[in-house]
Amino acid sequence: MSFYTDPSIDLGTKLLEVLNCIMGLMLLYTSYRNLRDKSNPHPYGTSLFWGVLGVLIGFGRFIPPVVCGVLIFVMAVPAILKKVATGTSRLPSKERMTQMSEKLGLKIFIPALSIGVFAILFAVFTNLGALVGVGVGVFVAIFILMFFSKENTPQVFLDDASELLGAVGPLSTLPMLLACLGAVFTSARVGTIISKAVGAVVPEGNVLVGIIIYAIGMVLFTAIMGNAFAAITVMTVGIGAPFVFALGADPALIGMVALTCGFCGTLLTPMAANFNIVPVAMLEMKDKYGVIKNQLPVAIFMLIFQIGYMILFK
Amino acid sequence: MGLWPLLGVLIVILGFALKFDAILIVMVALVVTAFAGGMGLTSMLEVLGTTFVNNRGMAIFIIIMLATGTLERNGLKESAAALIKRFKKVSAGIIIDIYGVFRMIFAAFNVSFGGVAGFVRPIILPMALGTIQAKKVPGNPEYEEELKGIASAMENVCWFFGQVLFVGGAGALLVQSTLKDLGYEVTLGKLALVEIPVALAALLFTSIYFTFKEKRLREKYFGKELDQ
Repeated sequence: MSFYTDPSIDLGTKLLEVLNCIMGLMLLYTSYRNLRDKSNPHPYGTSLFWGVLGVLIGFGRFIPPVVCGVLIFVMAVPAILKKVATGTSRLPSKERMTQMSEKLGLKIFIPALSIGVFAILFAVFTNLGALVGVGVGVFVAIFILMFFSKENTPQVFLDDASELLGAVGPLSTLPMLLACLGAVFTSARVGTIISKAVGAVVPEGNVLVGIIIYAIGMVLFTAIMGNAFAAITVMTVGIGAPFVFALGADPALIGMVALTCGFCGTLLTPMAANFNIVPVAMLEMKDKYGVIKNQLPVAIFMLIFQIGYMILFK
Repeated sequence: MGLWPLLGVLIVILGFALKFDAILIVMVALVVTAFAGGMGLTSMLEVLGTTFVNNRGMAIFIIIMLATGTLERNGLKESAAALIKRFKKVSAGIIIDIYGVFRMIFAAFNVSFGGVAGFVRPIILPMALGTIQAKKVPGNPEYEEELKGIASAMENVCWFFGQVLFVGGAGALLVQSTLKDLGYEVTLGKLALVEIPVALAALLFTSIYFTFKEKRLREKYFGKELDQ
């Protein structure tokens, strides 16, 4: 409680912690629900995964860091062993959803857009931060939905969210784990080693060359790994910081656009199977690379555009 | 110190390329990098725990699910389909363009209608192919194959470059945390703002390119008279 009454901590941080607590409780509910779900083939593994995640998200601030580190390993075990599963869905029938759609019409877009609107409003007009805005937007959306229909009870929201979490599964934690990996890379001085190796080949002190290597490196790393999120931490620590930011270029613009340069790599690679290969099967196409071929000109144009944009606005 | 800490980077590259379990790759790379870099067990656990707790903002998608699951229950996808179906008497290429605009705008608000499985296959493709069937000409498998590729590509491009416009999206949060480790503080608002020109360029180029490509394919497989 002392955290919430401490005047030296700003309100935005406190509100964010409230959101974290709510998310933690949602995850603990998901854990409990899966444990009791007879249709789930792995109730224990699933429950362990969401339960530990819930403790980390909801109460991580109040737990010693080393214990959190151990809990992350505990959480990873059922995920790696593929023991995190889902039960049968309880979404209503297609007819029922069409009926709701006909009843609400375009009004359904009001709650759908409220999350993004509040994120922008809070980012621009308050110093509480965009994430607090997201949280507020979610609750506004919930109130509007409850107003639309009596069937939307708090229980329904909790169960729907818990089901959606199950559908996304453990991979939803990947960005957080990659951020941890990035921090370990930095602590182990991986960036210094890469930048020394690159520095031996590339002239140092030329920001244009730095930007081009950062951008193309993102495309290549992403194409090999099939995942721009995995590439961005390594490339930013190894290339972005020493060869671009250290020379005075804008880290926000270059760092963020480097990520979307990586997306050009995602557009080109069969490694990103979810986006490029699964649709081929889903749409019963004959050419395995039919999606990638259509993305090739877009990826090339976007890479050139983004390199030019970074150089002009650095 | 030598090159040993790079072993972790190698594990990430090879692991993802060989399609091992993503969480397994990250955890192994983490342990290997920490030990190769001489960090020791306790300080590795400490860095891991501290970073994870500091990055709980990335879990914001969980609270968003509290609204999105029930939005679907209340017919969000069906309403989106009804909105797109208002556009009649346009070519297949234009239908895919309209979907692209739609997809990008809603991606910026973190709203998804189900991607290829949930929206392109059941709604957009039948509408696009319907424009040809309405002209009472026999279907052409090669044209259909191309159209499927175009529709999937539009879906990917607009989702990728649209999601970075959402203030508080996973990509921006990861960039923010990576920059913070390096000593640069940036806001999520700024990270979304810098992507606006990029997203617009992607949308503009892709829709112009696909409009012309579809027109050329239509003339190739069905002849010019189809337009009259």
